[in-house]
Formats: sequence, structure tokens, C-alpha cells
Amino acid sequence: MIAMRRLPYLLPLFLFLMLAGYFVLALQPGYDPHALPSAMIDKEAPQFDLAGLDGKKLARDSLKGSPVLINFFASWCVPCREEQPVLMRLANQEHVPLYGIDYKDQPVDAQKLLTQFGDPYQRVGLDPDGSVGLNFGVYGVPETYVLDASGHIRKRFVGPLTAEEVNKELLPLLKALRKS
Amino acid sequence: MSIVATRHGGAAPGMTAVRTALFAILAALLLSLATRALAVEPNERLADPNLEARAEAIGQTLRCLVCQNESIEESNAGLAHDIRVFLRQLLLAGDTDEQARQAIVARYGDFVLLKPPVQPATYVLWFGPAALLLIGLAGIALWVRLQPAAGAVPPAPLTPQEASRLDTLLREADR
Amino acid sequence: MAACKDGRLKTGDDGRKMITELGHFALILALCVSLVQAVVPLVGASRGNLAWMAVGRNAALAEFGLIAVAMLSLMHAYVTNDFSVINVIENSHTDKPLLYQITGVWGNHEGSMVLWVFMLGVCSSALALFSGNLPPELRARVLSVQGMIASGFLLFILLTSNPFLRTWPPAPNGQGLNPVLQDPGLAFHPPFLYLGYVGFSVGFAFAVAALIEGRVDAAWARWVRPWTLASWCFLTVGIAMGSWWAYYTLGWGGWWYWDPVENASFMPWLVGTALIHSSIVVEKRDTLKSWTILLAIITFSLSLVGTFLVRSGVLTSVHAFATDPRRGMFILVLLLVAIGGSLTLYAIRAPALRGGGLFAPISREGALVLNNLILSCGCATVFLGTLYPLFLDAVGGPKLSVGFPFFNRTFAPLMVPLVIAVGIGPMLSWKRGDLLGALQRVWAAYIAAVAAVLLGWSLTHRGEIFPVLGFGLAAWTGVAVIVEFAERIKLFRVSLGDSARRAIHLPRAAYGMTFAHFGLAVSIAGFSASAFDSQAIATVHDGSVVNVAGYALHFMGVDRVPGPNFTANRATVEIDRGGQTVAVVHPEQRFFPVQQQTTSETSIRTNFLADLYVALGDGDAAGNWTLRAYWKPLVPWIWIGAIIMAFGGAVSLSDRRWRVGVAARARRRAVPVLQPAPGE
Repeated sequence: MIAMRRLPYLLPLFLFLMLAGYFVLALQPGYDPHALPSAMIDKEAPQFDLAGLDGKKLARDSLKGSPVLINFFASWCVPCREEQPVLMRLANQEHVPLYGIDYKDQPVDAQKLLTQFGDPYQRVGLDPDGSVGLNFGVYGVPETYVLDASGHIRKRFVGPLTAEEVNKELLPLLKALRKS
Repeated sequence: MSIVATRHGGAAPGMTAVRTALFAILAALLLSLATRALAVEPNERLADPNLEARAEAIGQTLRCLVCQNESIEESNAGLAHDIRVFLRQLLLAGDTDEQARQAIVARYGDFVLLKPPVQPATYVLWFGPAALLLIGLAGIALWVRLQPAAGAVPPAPLTPQEASRLDTLLREADR
Repeated sequence: MAACKDGRLKTGDDGRKMITELGHFALILALCVSLVQAVVPLVGASRGNLAWMAVGRNAALAEFGLIAVAMLSLMHAYVTNDFSVINVIENSHTDKPLLYQITGVWGNHEGSMVLWVFMLGVCSSALALFSGNLPPELRARVLSVQGMIASGFLLFILLTSNPFLRTWPPAPNGQGLNPVLQDPGLAFHPPFLYLGYVGFSVGFAFAVAALIEGRVDAAWARWVRPWTLASWCFLTVGIAMGSWWAYYTLGWGGWWYWDPVENASFMPWLVGTALIHSSIVVEKRDTLKSWTILLAIITFSLSLVGTFLVRSGVLTSVHAFATDPRRGMFILVLLLVAIGGSLTLYAIRAPALRGGGLFAPISREGALVLNNLILSCGCATVFLGTLYPLFLDAVGGPKLSVGFPFFNRTFAPLMVPLVIAVGIGPMLSWKRGDLLGALQRVWAAYIAAVAAVLLGWSLTHRGEIFPVLGFGLAAWTGVAVIVEFAERIKLFRVSLGDSARRAIHLPRAAYGMTFAHFGLAVSIAGFSASAFDSQAIATVHDGSVVNVAGYALHFMGVDRVPGPNFTANRATVEIDRGGQTVAVVHPEQRFFPVQQQTTSETSIRTNFLADLYVALGDGDAAGNWTLRAYWKPLVPWIWIGAIIMAFGGAVSLSDRRWRVGVAARARRRAVPVLQPAPGE
């Protein structure tokens, strides 16, 4: 039985062990200090009506009716190329409606990128000054937003989409959204 | 050449001696650390100096999300520029400071605020330092109280050797 | 093994390979030696075996020698552009200037860990060489603890962060050093910093040794003080250099960002300062023992936690090295062993440490207790602010960020009573002090404070009251420190000759204290006055004039200038005042093609009272450039104050009373050592 007198001397050790516990939590693979949760989750996606890469416009309201993905990308973004195969798979094999927004870019460069690496998008909108991105809360590219049928944002993926994210999170979410 | 804004150090009316003394004596002061120097490009600045001052003040409390520990007013990054411009647009459109700030928080979350909001999740953060100080003071008070009172145990008398050593030392001290 | 002119891999390659492998081997040997150093003296001390205890000294020296070999061989790999070493590939390039070839060794994670254990080796060998006057058991245990720390970190390096890993065939060239780090400041900032917070391992070792022995007394405090003081001096200089480097490198005049890595070096400094002061109380008054031991453990623990934070990836920071959770786990285990172990030992042994001195709350001891309380709370505040986002996120709370507004509102007010105590604390006597008397005797300080507030108010154009008040506080403290010194030499109360004689015979520690406290006031004046700056940001072209704070800056155009591994846009700006040309400066923007990065080289003209800071921004094809000019009054005092503080610490260090063994000689002199000098 520890004398009451000794209790304060145990305090530093106790505090340190709590701290170490937090550090262990922070070292778990799921924790990423750089990742910011989106502030727009469950809110309606911001209004946009953009000129399209191929001349056709891309407007938010036209996307309602079924769950869609909006992917912010740019030709100057190197990690965007990493996710290109995953996006192609989503578009061609999983038949997910995928729309692209070209963020702070030149249309001719975007076109070159899509011609070179493939075009997974049903349509691409142009956001040359990043104002639509700002309304979405975009802080870097690539970012992918999942919208439900009513146009509300349900999830955001930051950074290049990985196959694991697609299998474990994206596809199940889309399935759930389609059912409801 | 276009100087859009220049700051000058200028004379301001001095305070009365009494007020100065009072302020000096009141110890609960805040030492505000450096006012940040600005990265705002000249062509971003608003024409109206009051609006521009408001924009800078708000901007200095907003974090540049792709930098480390810089406000949007001090950063070269593209995103910082975008948010600076957006903020000024909001102020031009008539938003109050709080409305403009909330508009940015609505898009980027509380993380964009350099000053974490005071809410239940952050009570420990904001009140922690003061609480720790009080706990420390209480701890010291307790420790002082637990000290044996002076004179409770009379010290043992000096042995003859110790007494003569004491004499020598006292003589040395007087020299 | 002939050398080759074109540096390509030919016969000289064998020699190079050998040297690198030698370094690798030396590191492994160092691990073995440090294990011996950790175990043998400790066992020897508990058994009273003098031979085994003596092993500690030779082991420490051998370990340092081996680590030095490793360090030199790594430098050699960099300087000779050995691109078969992965570390060199990742961080170097043939175009890199020689200074950065050498100092770039510690510009990355693996190399900086080698610097870390190198500094540990410096401390251990210094201990081995200069601790002849310690009782052998204490010395053996201290060296043993140092050996344990070295073993842990050498194991960490060899298992997770080995700089000597090789690849074959060698790469044609490297990826270069981050341009922001290619600066003379990089050469000196990390070594000073590391010597500082690795140096606190000595205090830690002393604390653990004392706990094992079960005894803390005035002699222990006296032995520990020079090591703590020395580390503190280096850390002060290291932090100041980092701040100054950020100021002139980043281009916007900021000098402290409350960045997690900055905080990680600041926290040991705060607690280290508390440790220095509380060990005075242990030495003079034989009380506050277990608290001082705890501080010694915490100071180095904070260094370790800082190492963890920077290298594990749990916090984002501009300083953070490439992170790897596996490394984080390893360091966490090191933390658990070192900190958990020492704190457990503390919980078991500390209750037995009982002190004797009693004192009234208002006394020199009371002021030192206040000092400790505030510095500890300050450190806890910085700790809280740095780690709160992590805590919140780890338990699933909202993602928040904590920036300078938090620290301004919590840390700064906390420091105010401390700064006041710095002014009058030394004027209180031991056991029972006369606070009111002291407050009255510093009447000159109040006048200075009022004058400073008026001056500050006249300079500020943003109407911010708090920097003005901070400025007044700095003046108050600075003058109070001078008044205290004047009292000590009885200035104007005895003849000037008598005062001078008193001044000469004052112990150096008294001078050290005066300088250090004065330096603090100078720095605080600098912090506060940086809010009084003037700015001018303008778009300029050839012939434009920008006015700031009475200076006229004539923009004369931009040239493209090639450098060793960059191309620069170099502006010429002529600075006039009152029609006279004061200076011509050349702010630059440098573009590094290898890393595709741009850095800013600001031009700073200082007269040590204010800085005129000119930076070049972006330009367009039409020849319009952005020019940023700031006039920053008293900003140099921030770093001058830090240098004065470190100088004060060094002066204190040179006080020969710290060299135990001289006490016997001093007793034979007229000035008795055993009786504290008046007011000391």
C-alpha cells in the first residue's frame, strides 16, 4: 500500500505514461496529421456553372439525380498522375459517374494530359482562378468529392486515390448512397 | 510607379502621466509578440485603407493551410493568395469581420483559424495554463505548510570542534 | 588508389568505399563500447569495484573517438560526392558549394542523428576528462547513464536511420540539398542547438545517479551546475541563431512562428533555465532537492520528446524531417525506457530526499520558487499548445490548429510577473526579504519604464497598447538589474575606488547573473519594439522610389546572375536618407533548377538599433517587380540580448568556485567561500 506521501511523486510518471499513450495512438497507420477533414460534409455542394473543356458546360444542378464523384485535378500536379489508373478503373469498370474540375490550369495543358494519360471523366469543367475550388474547401490537388443524389457532399478524399481507399471506402459508400 | 500603401511611424498624442503610471503598474499585461510582416501583393490591396486594414487584421488570424504556421498574410502560396482575395471580396461586399471569417471557416473548417475557438473541446487548452498556475501555487502553499515549523526541533548544541571552527570562520569574515 | 581529376569512379573508388565502410564499422563498434560503458561502471559502483568504475572514463573517450570517425567518414562521402551512399544521393549534388557539402551532412534525418550522438560523445568525453574531482561512484554512475543513452540512439541509427547504406551501381548525381538550407546559418545552428539539448543529458545523468545513490546535497548541485549552464548557453545561442536565420531567410521579417520544432527547442530552454535557478537553492539552502532532480529529468526528457516529435511524423512542421512511423515507434520505446525508467526511479527514491532550509515566502528563495513556477507553467503552456491538436485528433475530436494568437494570450501574460521578479528578486535576501524596500530602491526603474512607454507610444502607429507596455516592462527590468549591480558595489555610497575594488572582487557568478538578466531585458525590448515597424510594399520598375521611415529606396533594376547551383534575379536598390546615399543593397530571388525551388535572399542593413529590411518579390515580363521594405526598430536587440544572456552564462561558468577542489584553496584566502557573499 503506497503511503499518501508518495502519491505526488508518482504524478510525473503517470502524466508521462498518458502522453506516451497518445503518441502510440498517433503512430497508428490511420493517423495523418496533414489530412484535413472537409468542413463541407453533409452540406449541399456549392453552386457552380463552369465552361467545359470540350465546349459543354458543367453545372452542379445537372449532376443531381444519382451519386457522382467530382475530382479536382491539374496538369501541373504530379500526384494526380498516380491516381489516373484508379480513376480509369472507376470510370470504365465500375461505371462510376466521374466528373473532373481542372483547377488553376490552362485548358490546352489539361487537354494534353487527358490525351496522354486517358480521360476517365464524363465531363471536365474549367476552374482557372480556383474560385470553385475555394468554395469546396479545396486546399490542394488532387481531391475527390463524393456527392449523393441530392447534391450533398458526403465524403472527401485528399491526395491521390489509392486502390485500397476505393475498395474499402469509396465503393461501399457509393453502394450505400445508391440504395437510399 | 505605384505605391499602393505605405506605412509611416508618426507622432501620436502622449498619454497623461497618471494614466501611464497606472498602466505601468498594472502587472497583468500582454506582451504581444511581433506583428507579422505582410506578403500581400500590391495589386491585391483594397483601395479603401479601412477595409484593407480590416482585411489584414482578419487575414493574420487565418492559417495558410499549405504552409507551416504562417498566416495567409505572410505566405507566398497560391492558396493563401486565393483566400486573401476572397476575403477582400467579402469585405467589399459588405460582410462584417465575423461574417467574413465564418465564411472561410464554413469552407475550410476550424483548422483554418490560428486562434482555436473557445469551445468545450478546447477548454483544457485555453484554461489549462491558468489552471496549472493555480495548481502550482496551491502545491507550493501546501508544501510550505507541511514544512516543520522553525524552532519545533531545537538544533543540537555545537561540539567544541565545531565551536572553534565557527570562531575561525567568523574571524575570517570580519577581515 | 590514385585520385582522379574528373571525380568519376575509377581506382580512387576503392579508397572511398573503404572510408565509408570504416565509418559504418566505427558506428557499430561505438555501439558495443557504449554498451560496455552503460553496464560495467554501474555494476562497479554498486560493488565498490574501482577498476570497473574506471572503465567508464576510457569507454566514454573511446566511444567519442569512434563516433568522430563515423562523422568524418560521412563528411568524406559527401565531400567526395560518393553517390553509392544513399544518404549522399538523397541530399547532395556535385554542384553544391563546399561549405554545404560539409554542413549538409546534418541537413537530413540520418546525418543529424549522427550529429546528435556526436554531441553526446562530446559531453561524455568532457565528463570523462573534467570530472576527476567527483567521487568515483557518482562519476561511474553518471558515465553509465550517458552510455545507456548513447546505446539507445546508436541502436536507433543502425537499425532505422543508417546513413551508410549503399546502393550499386552508384547514381550519376544526387538530388541536392534543400535550397532553404543552403545558407551559412545552417552550418552553425544545428551544432549549437544539439550541444544544448543533448548537453542536458549530463544533468539527467547526474539526477539519475543521485537517485540511485539516494543522496542530493550542496556538493551535487555544485557539480551539476557547470554542465547545465554550459548546455543552457549553447541552447540559447542555438535558438537565437535559428530565429535570426528564419528572419533573414524567409523574407517577411518574422522571427518566431511557434512552429512545433521551434517549440521543441524552447521547452527544454524554459525548464533548463528553471533548473539552473533551482539548483542555486539546493546549493545555498539545501532545499528544493527532489524538485530540482525532477527538473533535471524533465529537461532532458523534453529534449527526447522533441526528438520524437520532429522525426516521427505525428506533427506537421516546416522543420520536420522525412518521417517514418517505424522510426517513431523506436524513439517512443527509447522514451519509455529513458523517461519512464527515470520517473519510476524518481517515484521510488525521491520521497527519501529531505531538505532542511526554511524560508519565508518573500525571500530570495521565494523569488526563485516563483521563477520555477512560472517557467514550468510557461513550458506546460507551450507543451499544451503544441500537442493539443494531436491529443484532440487522437481521441477523435475536431481537427484544430493552434497558432500564435493562443501563445500571445497565454504565454506572454504568464511571463510578466517573472520579468518583474528578475528585476527585484536578486535584491531580496535569503530566508527573509524586504520586498517593499527593494521596490523602493529601484525608483530609477520606474522612471525608465515611463520614458520607455512614452517612447513606444510615439513610435507605434497601429495603436497597440501591449507592445508599448512590454517595452516599458523591459526598460524597468533592465534598469532594475543595473540598480542591483550598483547596490552590490555600493556605488555612490562609498568612494569610487572602494566601489571599483568591490567590483573586482565580486564573484564571476554575480557578473554572470547581471549580464544574463540584462540580456533578457534587452531581448524583451526587441520583441516588443518589433510591433513598431513601418512597411512599404510596392510594385516597382527602373527608377521607382519607395519611401519608408524616412529612407528613400531607389530601385535601379534587376540583373540575372548565375550562381554555383542557382540562377538569381539580383536587384539593385540604393538607399538614401536626407538626400545622402546611405547604402546600396542587392536583394535576390534565387531559383534552384535541381529542386525547382525559389528562395529569397533579403538585404538587411542594420545599425544595431533598427533594421532596414529589403526583399525582392516576383516580377513580370514588363519589368515590374514587387519590392518589400520594412523598417524594424530594435529588432537586432532580440538576438543581441540572447548573446548577452549566453555571455552571462559563460561568465558564470568561468567562476572558479564551480571547480570543486578549489574550495580548499579559497578557504585560506581572506574572502570566505562558505559564507555566501552579501546579496549573492
